Amino acid sequence: MAIILDHVSHIYEAGTAMEAAALKDVSLMIPDGQFIGLIGHTGSGKSTLVQHLNGLMKPTSGHIYYNGADIHEEDFNKKELRSKVGLVFQYPEHQLFEIDVFSDVCFGPKNMGLDEKEIQLRAYAALKQVGLEDDYFYQSPFDLSGGQKRRAAIAGVLAMKPEVLILDEPTAGLDPKGRDEILDQIAALREETGITVVLVSHSMDDVAKYVDRIVVMNQGSVLYDDEPRKVFRYYKELEEVGLAAPQVTYIMQALKEKGFPVEADILTIEEARDEILRALRHKGIAP
Amino acid sequence: MLRDITLGQYYQTDSVIHRLDPRVKLVATFVFIISLFLVDNFIGYLIAAAFLACMVKISKVPFRFMVKGMKSIVFLLLVAVVFNLFLTPGEPLISVWKLTVTKEGLRLAAMMAVRLVFLIIGSSLMTLTTTPNNLTDGMEKLMSPLKRLHVPVHEVAMMMSIALRFIPILLEETDKIMKAQIARGADFESGNLIKKAKSLVPLLVPLFISAFRRANDLAMAMEARCYRGGEHRTKMKPLIYHRRDRYAYAVLLGYAVVSVYFGRIFTL
Repeated sequence: MAIILDHVSHIYEAGTAMEAAALKDVSLMIPDGQFIGLIGHTGSGKSTLVQHLNGLMKPTSGHIYYNGADIHEEDFNKKELRSKVGLVFQYPEHQLFEIDVFSDVCFGPKNMGLDEKEIQLRAYAALKQVGLEDDYFYQSPFDLSGGQKRRAAIAGVLAMKPEVLILDEPTAGLDPKGRDEILDQIAALREETGITVVLVSHSMDDVAKYVDRIVVMNQGSVLYDDEPRKVFRYYKELEEVGLAAPQVTYIMQALKEKGFPVEADILTIEEARDEILRALRHKGIAP
Repeated sequence: MLRDITLGQYYQTDSVIHRLDPRVKLVATFVFIISLFLVDNFIGYLIAAAFLACMVKISKVPFRFMVKGMKSIVFLLLVAVVFNLFLTPGEPLISVWKLTVTKEGLRLAAMMAVRLVFLIIGSSLMTLTTTPNNLTDGMEKLMSPLKRLHVPVHEVAMMMSIALRFIPILLEETDKIMKAQIARGADFESGNLIKKAKSLVPLLVPLFISAFRRANDLAMAMEARCYRGGEHRTKMKPLIYHRRDRYAYAVLLGYAVVSVYFGRIFTL
């Protein structure tokens, strides 16, 4: 049970002078329960790629399979697919429209044709999952702060109980605190429910801590697809395509080059601290 | 989805007509339309047709782009022709049931059809060869004498160019919100009229909010740069008449004289 992309290409405005290839022969497999970071510079095709995953865009060539079925077959139920593969767009707060937060979160489940009680239960659970206080449920979504609006919008997608959750730059425009809160909540949600998460970002620092696997996109094709540690070994190549490894990786690399006996495959600040302490102890400097 | 819609249909190429001052093109279109309504015989229309054909040829814009603009007025054209055809009193030609086609009616209907078609081709020639920004610049300059009468010419022109600038932005925004709502299971296609109208609420509310937000941001940005309307403002690209513009005016004057003389005063 997974999403499979088989040699998917997408060309914008094919056959005109404005023709531009956004995706070039992308093949990917997204297995159940994985936490994937989709990284790429602006214009690398990340957003185009994720819009293919729930059938909003149709590939110019190639096939996409969800649980073994081709999603562009005549008899495939796209509406159901969209409730199974929940897509949170960039700046999702711009899609809020209802008179209060709770009704807005109900919009998705309502479209699935569920009964009233189930709709409300799901909306309530989703709002709790994103950590929005009860006080805000019956306020106008336009009165909330930026971070709260974004949570409400994410809850709107979560209420459909998707099996795969795709978030397109969920931290864009948030301050560091809001960013960490949202990312921590997504990680907690994934721990709790075991859903598949695809996190689109252009910042390695954002995703390094959370994800199992990193897919690096460059100019419409997949450049690297591996565990974070292995991908960051290519930090020099990543720089060439306008990306960077997490900052700690650079520090550890620099220490190693100076002859300090540390491992350079480090993802987080905590790991780096432990590794440096270990090396110091090894040398007999630290206790 | 919505990217296919083209508005402010400028056709990018390089021709003498593209390079003309927008004021010339505005005046020419105006004069051409007036000439269409002054002329009332066959020779006059022949002259107008020849003039228009030459301009289309010189502009290097493919003719099919002008036909495109015609689609929107097919209905209007039909109504005008039918009404003129049947409701003009005069010498009867054919009579079916209660409807009578008269000689005068036929003449009037044909004239109306030709006028409307020429009018659309003529004005789309202007919009196809002039960028929207140039067009508003030209209008502002042409109407600047009205400032003496306290008509806010600059403000009107500024509003027009901002409106035009925002069309593609709002189209893109619509596309984005539509996709986001479809991802939440919204359905914009099926159902009856009332259901369809209702289904637009999740699209229209965010769209209006975003339009207001953008308007607000733009107003703030303009104020931050000390924008305060038309007084003493200079232009980055001021409109200056060149030699080709003077020639164009001469050609236009020639056309106007010839078409009015042969189309109205001169009779065989």
